[in-house]
Amino acid sequence: MAILGPLLFGACLVTPIWLTQVEDNDVKKIGIVELDEFNKPVTDSLLFFKNIIPNKGNLQFTYLYNIEFRDIERILENTNYFGILVLSHNLIKQKDGVVDMYAREQPSLGIEMHITKSIQTFLFENKLLMIKVPPQTINALQTNISLKTIKLEKGGFKEQKLTGVKRIVAYIAGLLVYFFIFFFGAQVMRGVIEEKTNRIIEVIITSVRPFQLMMGKIVGIALLALTQFLIWVLLTFGIYQYSSAYFIHKQVREQSAQIESPTNLFATDQKTPVQKTDVKSDIELSGFLSYVHDINFLLILGVFLFYFIGGYLLYGAMFAAIGSAVDSETDTQQFMLPVTIPLIVSIIVMSNAITNPAGILAYWFSIIPFTSPVVMMARIPFGVPANELILSMILLIAAFLIMTWLAGKIYRTGILMYGKKVNYRELLRWLKYKD
Amino acid sequence: MSFFEAISIDKTYGGQKALNNVTIHVPEGSIYGLLGPNGAGKTTLIRIINQITAPDAGELKLMGKKFAKEDLAMVGYLPEERGLYKKMKVGEQVLYLAQLKGLGKKDAMTKLRYWFEKFEMVGWWDKKVEELSKGMAQKVQFVVTVLHEPKLLIFDEPFSGFDPVNANMLKQEVIELKDKGATIIFSTHDMASVEELCDYITLIDKSKTILEGNVHDIKQKFKSNSYLIEFEGNPEDFQNSMHDNFEINSITSLPYNQYSALIKLSGKGKSNDLLRAATGSVSINTFRELLPSMNEIFIRAISENSIPVTHE
Repeated sequence: MAILGPLLFGACLVTPIWLTQVEDNDVKKIGIVELDEFNKPVTDSLLFFKNIIPNKGNLQFTYLYNIEFRDIERILENTNYFGILVLSHNLIKQKDGVVDMYAREQPSLGIEMHITKSIQTFLFENKLLMIKVPPQTINALQTNISLKTIKLEKGGFKEQKLTGVKRIVAYIAGLLVYFFIFFFGAQVMRGVIEEKTNRIIEVIITSVRPFQLMMGKIVGIALLALTQFLIWVLLTFGIYQYSSAYFIHKQVREQSAQIESPTNLFATDQKTPVQKTDVKSDIELSGFLSYVHDINFLLILGVFLFYFIGGYLLYGAMFAAIGSAVDSETDTQQFMLPVTIPLIVSIIVMSNAITNPAGILAYWFSIIPFTSPVVMMARIPFGVPANELILSMILLIAAFLIMTWLAGKIYRTGILMYGKKVNYRELLRWLKYKD
Repeated sequence: MSFFEAISIDKTYGGQKALNNVTIHVPEGSIYGLLGPNGAGKTTLIRIINQITAPDAGELKLMGKKFAKEDLAMVGYLPEERGLYKKMKVGEQVLYLAQLKGLGKKDAMTKLRYWFEKFEMVGWWDKKVEELSKGMAQKVQFVVTVLHEPKLLIFDEPFSGFDPVNANMLKQEVIELKDKGATIIFSTHDMASVEELCDYITLIDKSKTILEGNVHDIKQKFKSNSYLIEFEGNPEDFQNSMHDNFEINSITSLPYNQYSALIKLSGKGKSNDLLRAATGSVSINTFRELLPSMNEIFIRAISENSIPVTHE
């Protein structure tokens, strides 16, 4: 699992990106049939919708001449056309038009959107043409806008790049902390229960103080977690090195193939604005990979380590206390609430924090020790003021020290108590026992 | 001054009194048996002695001084339910437990080698504990208990689960340990082992001590002055030679013309007079006092304890 984990994790990172590159290799041919306002097939001279929809990827649009309605069924059955699109001249006069596509299967959402968008754009531009707006003007009317944030930081303004990528990193980091805390915390609990059920506790307790035993277990598993984390980092790093080399190489190949085609709305050849988004996703990918080189990543790694260890120690102490109070794993249910609720709240707030890193919810939950490990990790990629970070860290340290002290009291009494049905009131009593 | 004392120990668990003013005095170098029916309080007492739980009242003393937590370093405890990490290898685990008791690694290895060879356990070193049978695990646990040469050994039901061969081996070990100077307390139901090993016992029933002291003295106390005579000769002659003071309980015939007679001395009857009377009439093969077995004493004491005593 130590080796498999990072491989799986690396695959999870790389696969979605790779999937955007994958092309569905089987070509889908869609025929376009044009009808006049009386819904009769048009003759040559009145062709209007020719080249209305650009080809995209494996979608090929072909204009079909002189097709009657009754021919459509025959075409679909006897040829390999995926579908027949019927466009009527009436569309120009309509505000909300419906276009029929006859097909053997339900087309994908991507196909639908491509078709509708292309038709909309075409109709819009043609309506402008009809009121004598020249083509150059129509082109100039379009403006693509993207938002760039320039954040005020110490030392001046700093351009914020790749927010999308940061969001992904925030999400992954937060989830990882959650996962690690739960996974390794539960191991502490299981270890405590095992020692209790196989009675080795009676032998060991004559040589070791309960507090030492508890801390030994928590620290031991912490080291295990760190080792696991290190392996993950190294392997994922290795996978990234390989895949970045591969993708950058691929990008160079593709970009040289695109140089010939102009990106023009009214281009009569097949290459169209659609290509722009392909290029953009490639840039995002290599941007992500170069972002990894960014110095910020070291900060993120360092903060991750701190919050993972801090959060684990906090929850690990709770897990140890729970394990000591029960006789078997099934009895732990009633005590799991104080552990699971803060963690789940963390995850919920995390999504909010990612879309709104400077918001009130994000701020408070990145300070409160029980939720701060997850939520602060979600905020970090976007930059957190130093004083907030330090406050959060101090509170986390204080919290786990207090929790360890409390857990020690419960552990000390619980590990030698068998058969008694324990509830929260009982735990409270244990807290009061003198040493 | 006894080597170890538990004085006036009281312990209550959730309303039930587990130990009621229990006191034991364990002389140095002796083998001390804790006897009692199930649920009598033996294991509770043992856990208190091991400072696993604290008594509600009473104190523990080691060589006259208060029994402190540090003193546990010279105690070896073998719990009733074997406690070992199942998924850990035997070798690693015994080494770890030895080091917990304060032994250095080299020292521990030397001692371990001695014990593992003695018990023919060398091949188990790399096995996981869960791969061992119950008896094997008990052997391992025993080694762990005695490895650091503790002065006080406490065994909770050590013979349960052992086959006769291993049980015998364990008994030999206990005697050897005593010879080397250790003091041993063990709780058991196995009266035969008590018979063979114990110098002193305490019998606990329903949280109270009902019998305590030197085994020999206790047997004397419970004896019924009975004697066993095995002879060859005429049983009628034998019968006639018995005076009033010698009650004949039974005469049983044995193979090869031999007889076995159970005689009880009553009144002023003396054993020497009995012997003289018997030798006058028949040819004696065996003459022996019948002491009650610990088993008999146990049963008698417990049943007497369960008769409700009416107070004023």
